[in-house]
Amino acid sequence: MENLSLMFAPLVSSKLMIVLVFGTLFGLILGVLPGLGPTTGGALILPFTMTLDPLSAIVLLTAIYCSATYGGAITAVLINTPGTPAAAATCLDGYPLAQKGEAGRALGMATISSTIGGIFSVVVLVFFAPLLAQLAYEFGQPEYFALAIFGLTMLASIGEGSPIKNLIAGAFGILISTIGKDFMTSIERFTYGINELSEGIGFIPVVVGLFAISEMLTQSTLLDQVFKRVALKAVKLPSLLDYKKTWKTILRSSGIGSFIGVLPAEGGTVASLIGYSEAKRWSKNPEEFGKGSVEGIAGAEAANNAATGGAMVPTLALGIPGSATTAVILTGLIIHGVRPGPDLFREQPEFLYGIFGSMLIANILFFIFGFFGAKIFARITLVPNKLLWPMIFAVSVCGTYSLSQSMLDVWIMLFFGVIGFFMRRYGFSVVPVIIGLILGELVEGTLRQSLVIFEGNWLLFLTRPIVVTFFILSLIALAFPLLRKKRK
Amino acid sequence: MNNVQKQKRANKSLPFFFKDEFKVSFIIILISTVLLISTFSFDIVPPILNRGIQPATFPKGLLVLIIILTSIVYYLSFKKPWETKKKLPQPFFLTLLSFIFFIFISKTLDFFLAISLLSVFVSYCWGERRVIYLILVSIIFPIIVFIFFETILGLRFPPGIITNIYYQV
Repeated sequence: MENLSLMFAPLVSSKLMIVLVFGTLFGLILGVLPGLGPTTGGALILPFTMTLDPLSAIVLLTAIYCSATYGGAITAVLINTPGTPAAAATCLDGYPLAQKGEAGRALGMATISSTIGGIFSVVVLVFFAPLLAQLAYEFGQPEYFALAIFGLTMLASIGEGSPIKNLIAGAFGILISTIGKDFMTSIERFTYGINELSEGIGFIPVVVGLFAISEMLTQSTLLDQVFKRVALKAVKLPSLLDYKKTWKTILRSSGIGSFIGVLPAEGGTVASLIGYSEAKRWSKNPEEFGKGSVEGIAGAEAANNAATGGAMVPTLALGIPGSATTAVILTGLIIHGVRPGPDLFREQPEFLYGIFGSMLIANILFFIFGFFGAKIFARITLVPNKLLWPMIFAVSVCGTYSLSQSMLDVWIMLFFGVIGFFMRRYGFSVVPVIIGLILGELVEGTLRQSLVIFEGNWLLFLTRPIVVTFFILSLIALAFPLLRKKRK
Repeated sequence: MNNVQKQKRANKSLPFFFKDEFKVSFIIILISTVLLISTFSFDIVPPILNRGIQPATFPKGLLVLIIILTSIVYYLSFKKPWETKKKLPQPFFLTLLSFIFFIFISKTLDFFLAISLLSVFVSYCWGERRVIYLILVSIIFPIIVFIFFETILGLRFPPGIITNIYYQV
């Protein structure tokens, strides 16, 4: 109870409130602009967080995460293009409803269900993250190794696209993490005589390259695309009838989203698709789906916002990111000298509960901004890509350069931009690369330390019950897509 | 005729080495093999300093895994061919070209100038013809970004013909 009171610390700190308001507004802008989103936006703003204290920095990143996830719905409803990938399912019913002249009703439903989903997930985060952290006290190096493997296999099976391609992308991400001096023996790997590579490849150049620059290249192929924008008068709160129709869907999707979020996967995107399909499956009027059903909007939006809090659970409790955006948040924690994991819960509860509280407030803030300002935010979509993307390029280049003032980082960013473009073109998701990159050191480090403990005997992994459990779960995760395919 | 059948028919007319499935798999396997070979030149630590496994073992394992998985992806593409992609349009290649120019100009002339030229070039290639907007993206916005990073983050940009004027070198 004492800890819960710490959640309201942001309310009494004017500095944190300013950061929260700025983060929420910035997140909404990122969410509204197709191609940008919480991951790219978070990576771009990461250098600026260096001017803030650790709590303010993470509060800023989490506020962006929550509000950008909602912001995607505005574009999905008004121009039939998801502002963020997590809003893809919202297009299916949001846009048809807007075409019927009910854009305000569609956005009202999206706003209220996103807020409820987001708040629900914060409650899940507050109760489950400490429990998971407590469980993690039992973990040694072999358990962490098995957990990281489980995370990567889950990412492959639940993520979008082909599971094998996701595994390749994840392995590629881990491979990137091995570039530079080996952290245990200082032996250089894949540096090929380039001194700057000895310290390894930074996370930010890779993220900005894979998300922002590759998206810029993608946008260069879509210049002939014409968006039809539906006019919006004002956002309307759902009617009593709409509430009656959707409350079960919102609760179900909030649960689904929180659960999916906890699993290391593409968080909100997968959650919204499952939330949407479950809403359709349980609906009394499934024939209305795809034609402007409010249940469809509620199902998708509650789920994608519920994934935000869920994805923070493993990030804070175990240091294993639940999504690409939480990987950026995790990087933010690390560069501010905060090491997530069980010790964080014991040593810095005020820090953690400050984050929980700020996420709760961010959900309320985006409700207010979304409800009263959606019309203004919708106008941001009018900024033409031919002006927007060169500007994003300038910010990307300066942001990447600023971290270690190295031009090599800028080249790396451009290189990964091109790689990311071709990966996406041929059906390889870039999210596993990011997760692989951030988990790489953990996977290799825990594997090698475990082998030291086991004196090189690999079979001793199988003598640890938690390790065996994670390995079995990993096998199930790998077999799951095959079983799903057979069932289809 | 469903899409998969149509795809199979279209793909059958192409020699295997022109198909995306082959090209992508081949490039991944080729690069992985080259990297795998390079791991054999990594230094070996003496047993007393060795922490579990040699530093080259882990990347070797990953590269072998990538090669095996890519082979599986290629094998599976026989059953389910990949979607044929549209040809990439001219603005894509021009944008890609601008990256190369960016690297060249930022290395030889000036970092700020490189950003400015890339912005105006990309914006123009993507269809912007209004001079005022071209000035906005190529001069005004980069100046704002430059000053913002310089003052807020205390960033020192690399020397160059324009940057030196700003720093009064």
